[in-house]
Amino acid sequence: MSIEVKKITKRFGDVAAVNDVSFTVNEGELVALLGPSGGGKTTVLRMIAGLEMPTEGDILIRGKRVNDLKVQKRNIGFVFQNYALFNTMNVFRNVAFGLKIKKWKQPDIEARVAELLELLELKGLEKRFPHQLSGGQRQRVAIARALAPKPDVLLLDEPFGAVDAKIRQELRQWLVHLHHDLNVTTIFVTHDQEEAMEVSDRIVIFSKGNLEQIGTPREVYEQPSNEFVARFIGVMNILELEVENGVARINELEFPSHGLQKGQKMRIGFRPYAVGISSDPGAYRYHAILRHTYFLGIMLRVELELPSGLILRSRMTKEEYSKLGLRDGLKVSFQIRNYRVLSSEGEMLSPEVATTHEIPVVLGEGI
Amino acid sequence: MAGHIKTKRGNTVVSKRGTEESPFVKWLLIGIALVFSLVFLLLPLVNVFAQAFAKGLGAYWYALVDPDSWAAMKLTLLVSAITVPANTIFGIAAAWAIAKFDFRGKSLLTTLIDLPFAVSPVVAGLMYVLLFGLQGYFGTWLDDRNIRVIFAVPGIVLATIFITFPFVARELIPVMQAAGTAAEQAAQTLGAGGWKTFWYVTMPSVKWGLIYGIILCNARAMGEFGAVSVVSGHITGQTDTMPLRVEKLYNEYNSVGAFAIASLLALLALITLGIKTWLEVRAENQEKAAQQSDETPLPGNQF
Repeated sequence: MSIEVKKITKRFGDVAAVNDVSFTVNEGELVALLGPSGGGKTTVLRMIAGLEMPTEGDILIRGKRVNDLKVQKRNIGFVFQNYALFNTMNVFRNVAFGLKIKKWKQPDIEARVAELLELLELKGLEKRFPHQLSGGQRQRVAIARALAPKPDVLLLDEPFGAVDAKIRQELRQWLVHLHHDLNVTTIFVTHDQEEAMEVSDRIVIFSKGNLEQIGTPREVYEQPSNEFVARFIGVMNILELEVENGVARINELEFPSHGLQKGQKMRIGFRPYAVGISSDPGAYRYHAILRHTYFLGIMLRVELELPSGLILRSRMTKEEYSKLGLRDGLKVSFQIRNYRVLSSEGEMLSPEVATTHEIPVVLGEGI
Repeated sequence: MAGHIKTKRGNTVVSKRGTEESPFVKWLLIGIALVFSLVFLLLPLVNVFAQAFAKGLGAYWYALVDPDSWAAMKLTLLVSAITVPANTIFGIAAAWAIAKFDFRGKSLLTTLIDLPFAVSPVVAGLMYVLLFGLQGYFGTWLDDRNIRVIFAVPGIVLATIFITFPFVARELIPVMQAAGTAAEQAAQTLGAGGWKTFWYVTMPSVKWGLIYGIILCNARAMGEFGAVSVVSGHITGQTDTMPLRVEKLYNEYNSVGAFAIASLLALLALITLGIKTWLEVRAENQEKAAQQSDETPLPGNQF
């Protein structure tokens, strides 16, 4: 079902946890609410569920205003951060709970629970109690329980926060498959940008109760609307430059002044992949020492230390790394291929400036 | 857990945690606990039954069917039949309010609940005499309407309610606080209203605390002496509860009668404890059965 959030604000006392937020989630979409903790994303989710009332603004589900509709009547499935399973009931009764409340007939309940346990690979665990399950199993019981009464919307609060890294990876893919199979409108809250990028169709980014940007993972990565988003999504090198003699500079690095006057400051940012490195000291204008190489699976992150002590981060594939003959402690030269002016936080950003030629976006960026 | 490790010579050594006390301390503590419970709990209890049957079964039976003793038993059962449900309802409401809501005066309510523990039962009884007795504030008003509170059943019930006020609430508050509100919210998102949430989710999760509270409340309601003694007036066959009857018979040198009724009180306590243990064991077995029913590993979901 489509969900529309219209200018909602939620205040707890004097503190605005959510501040004038509007966005729309389309039928069948899988959307992430992303932001640092305390960003208001969970509050938005709970308001959509009806567990919190907005101080101002409207929430519409399928075009109908649901502000005054009780949580019981909204027909949503909610998966809580710490599962909130019913500890006194076994798996079967947990999943069947919503159906019993809705007064389904016993054979229908049994069929539906069996169907969900099959779908969520929980078969054979019917009689187990929550404390006899692993974290991943509990998570899936919570999802099965939420899905059982065929909700219009599935809402998940930090669904993978409480399981370890490997399981989290599996659950993510699994959520994508589940969403693909059931095609139920799904909103989930996460503070993990990687998780949001990987799983969702679109991402809604929050910070301090404000909506910073909505877009596809690619959009928010490639066209961040402000410095917060640019820094939050993926890794970014940020430099503060001061204009002097018609060029903006920090230590030995120089950039065009973009029309700024002498003494004025500007902030720029560039992704690690925009830093091109060569082991030939003469290849590029700037010099640095390769301080450290971080292995991130297929990608490597390289830390460069400039003679002035400034540290920049670069990124490349393993193949590139070995082709260039790089190693820790090597003297290298480098260039910054393109960057973005971030002059001040909160403003729309100017488009990326290419200092050399356009380069294709490296796949796997953001790992 | 201490595991058994085979040494090279083939004899078994029990491995120990570094923090474990020496065997001497362990057995000393176990010994002290055992001796104390034997001497101060079990022996007196056994003695109650021994004294009750001192003059044979016939005398015991005769003591029990005495009409005044019979009246005392009925009164005690009536008092606890009123007191326990009243304090159970109050206890659940108070524990719910304290555990799930934030409101002004919450700490005052918590303190008030503990008041009966702090006040001597005799003082509690006197409070009611001062309120409802003939010389009390409401005394003449009640007397005009021919309502008897003091030296009658209503006074006994009131005093017992006061004394057993904290038991259910005290047991429930910590378990309710520990259970939190997440499961209840989950029930609501699944469509359950307030009553269903309470009945299917909240109650089962605090079941043991509630049962404990009710057992303690009931034991005290049946056994209360001090407060009831002040308000009852000791009218034989009318306002004597079982504990009062025990005292009266004992003072009349009817030790078989006194101990016969005392043995009934003790028996009631043992039965309630027995029921509690049985319920606990049953719940445990159900859980074990659930664990064993699915020993076969499942493919593809070991996360």
